[in-house]
Amino acid sequence: MMAADLEIISLNPINEFAAMTKGAVTPDFKALYLFRSALLNTLLFAFSGTALGVAGGTVLAFFFHRTPVRLVCSFVRSIHEIFWAFLFLPMIGLNAICGVLAIAIPYAGIFAKVYAEILQETNPRPLDGLPPNSSKLSRFFYGVMPQIYPEIRHYTSYRFECALRSSAVLGFIGLPTLGYHLETAFREGLYSQASVLLYAFFLLIASLRFWLKEKLVPVYVLISLAFISKELNFSMTNMIQFLTWDILPWPMRREGFLDGTNQLAFPVSQLWIWFKTIFQEEVLPGCWNTLVLTQIALALTGLLTLLSFPSRTRSLAGPVVRRFSDWILIVWRTTPEYILAYVFLQLWGPSMLPAVVAISFHNGAILAHITSGQANLIPMQIDAAKGRINRYFYYVLPRVYSSFLAFLFYRWEVMMRESAILGVLGIFTLGFYIDSAFSENKMDKALLLILFTALLNMIIDSISQRIRSKIKVSTKLVAVGGAA
Amino acid sequence: MFHLKNVTIAYSGQPVLQEINLQIKRGEKIALIGPSGSGKTTLLRRLYEMEPQHSALVHQHHALVDALSVFHNIYSGRLDQRSTFTNILNLVKPQKEEVTTISNLLKQLGMAEKIFEKTAALSGGQRQRVAVARALYRQGSVLLGDEPVSSIDPHQAETVLNLLRNSFQTVILSLHTVHLSLESFGRIVGLRNGRILFDLPGNEVQNSHLTRLYQT
Repeated sequence: MMAADLEIISLNPINEFAAMTKGAVTPDFKALYLFRSALLNTLLFAFSGTALGVAGGTVLAFFFHRTPVRLVCSFVRSIHEIFWAFLFLPMIGLNAICGVLAIAIPYAGIFAKVYAEILQETNPRPLDGLPPNSSKLSRFFYGVMPQIYPEIRHYTSYRFECALRSSAVLGFIGLPTLGYHLETAFREGLYSQASVLLYAFFLLIASLRFWLKEKLVPVYVLISLAFISKELNFSMTNMIQFLTWDILPWPMRREGFLDGTNQLAFPVSQLWIWFKTIFQEEVLPGCWNTLVLTQIALALTGLLTLLSFPSRTRSLAGPVVRRFSDWILIVWRTTPEYILAYVFLQLWGPSMLPAVVAISFHNGAILAHITSGQANLIPMQIDAAKGRINRYFYYVLPRVYSSFLAFLFYRWEVMMRESAILGVLGIFTLGFYIDSAFSENKMDKALLLILFTALLNMIIDSISQRIRSKIKVSTKLVAVGGAA
Repeated sequence: MFHLKNVTIAYSGQPVLQEINLQIKRGEKIALIGPSGSGKTTLLRRLYEMEPQHSALVHQHHALVDALSVFHNIYSGRLDQRSTFTNILNLVKPQKEEVTTISNLLKQLGMAEKIFEKTAALSGGQRQRVAVARALYRQGSVLLGDEPVSSIDPHQAETVLNLLRNSFQTVILSLHTVHLSLESFGRIVGLRNGRILFDLPGNEVQNSHLTRLYQT
């Protein structure tokens, strides 16, 4: 905690809060008409991104036992959607394709991993009953697919909800989704517009189960892909320029740039200085701040979960309290961390505090939902202790604690990704340095920083996997629980 | 048709079948009997591996896909005889002629009304009848059945056994109980501790044979 900068720096947080509250109770419904295309784009990006991610992830899942595939998947999912969008911006411009790819690529890595884990847990016995010479596809569709389908569907629909959040947040960096108008509204203090956008987003997510019908999904996906493909205009020159020039370390390009020949050089000592400077001045402090933020958020998430899950647990709270806390948890977990952090940043000014609160409240709400779900499965015994505190500590908590820990460590990597990205909002985590590098058009530096961010994430991911396998909670639980 | 000469099979050093000598001719109806752990399942699997293309196997554990309907589980018996496209087509929408064939089979087994029910919802006896139906649907010259009527109630078990015996040219079944009329099998093979204790025509098996087979 000592290492973190948690000061409140704002001109007048109380006035700002009053203005926001006023905006929250006076949503400007007329403005919704202006935002219709942003709402539609949010949906289109999410559908196309998820669909392409599922397609890629499905193929990769079948080769997931190969180490290179596993590493590639781990790498692509360790880079946040916003960083992917940053990378695609200079290549394909600020358009739908950029947004869709920014979702599809990391999601393919995630789907590959989860699908492969689900595949691994199938019961081999039914395959035994199939005729020996059946084609591979027939065996898969009759012996494997029916077993895994419910879980695949469950996880994919949960991921679609995540994609809606990603899609909305991508607007903050300029893509034409909901986040774009949200950012504008906040920046200009139009809180009635901001609130109507957030309410529309909540409504979109809350209404999913009414319109996201299994049979209609292919129709939605086809329509989305059709819309997106209209923007398919690649500039080969931009791409080549980016890949063979922009991302190369500056010392390699300087000579050729200055004399106008665009020749590449390879000055080893200057390259080393280039690397050392970035590493010492940006990578190290960025990693340190990201880690500090993540660890504080992790601890606070755990605490918040343990404090809040009883209010949604049948043996510990009455029906009115449960209903009420359910609603609060839904709001916290439906709002993307990025938007939460943005709002708190407006209130409290730039410090780690908004990020800590945003990450831990969002993740705490998810974990409280899952943990109370588990606690509600515990059969209530007649002879259980009468006092609620006794019941909590001696009856409920010991039974859910190991799965709570497993979920917490499962979110660790997610929190890390979020901590890094929130730097874009001005906290000195890795995202801050990456964002600055992009805005100064220093692609080489940005790429180096992104690579280190990915590396840090992959390390955390493998540590968390090791811890979770020690706690021994199957991935099945995570996939189901994740569908909060 | 099957020719086993001095076959020994061991799992992790533990012999399951020892020096088995067995000749099975086309058209024979054989019952394998013996206490549990005597090697019946291993022997049946060994025979299946010798002729997988022409055999239908009823698994001891039924090997059904719980998430699929009764229809699809039975249909899966002929996956190798249909194109992948037809298989997927039937998965999405069961085709009329297949439905007719399979519902006729189910009628004989007394569960025609269950055709489109999820297998997970069935009782143990019903699941076993689905496994039997799959073998009947698969057809072939040999039926290998690993205790195919163990969870079916006795008066129905006799009907199912007859159905199986009459639908295949060569039939080799293991049976968990000897009360089922052994006389109707041409040949009885008694297994104990992985060895063949006796191999006799059905009408020559005496009570003394059975006592020796099952003694503790």
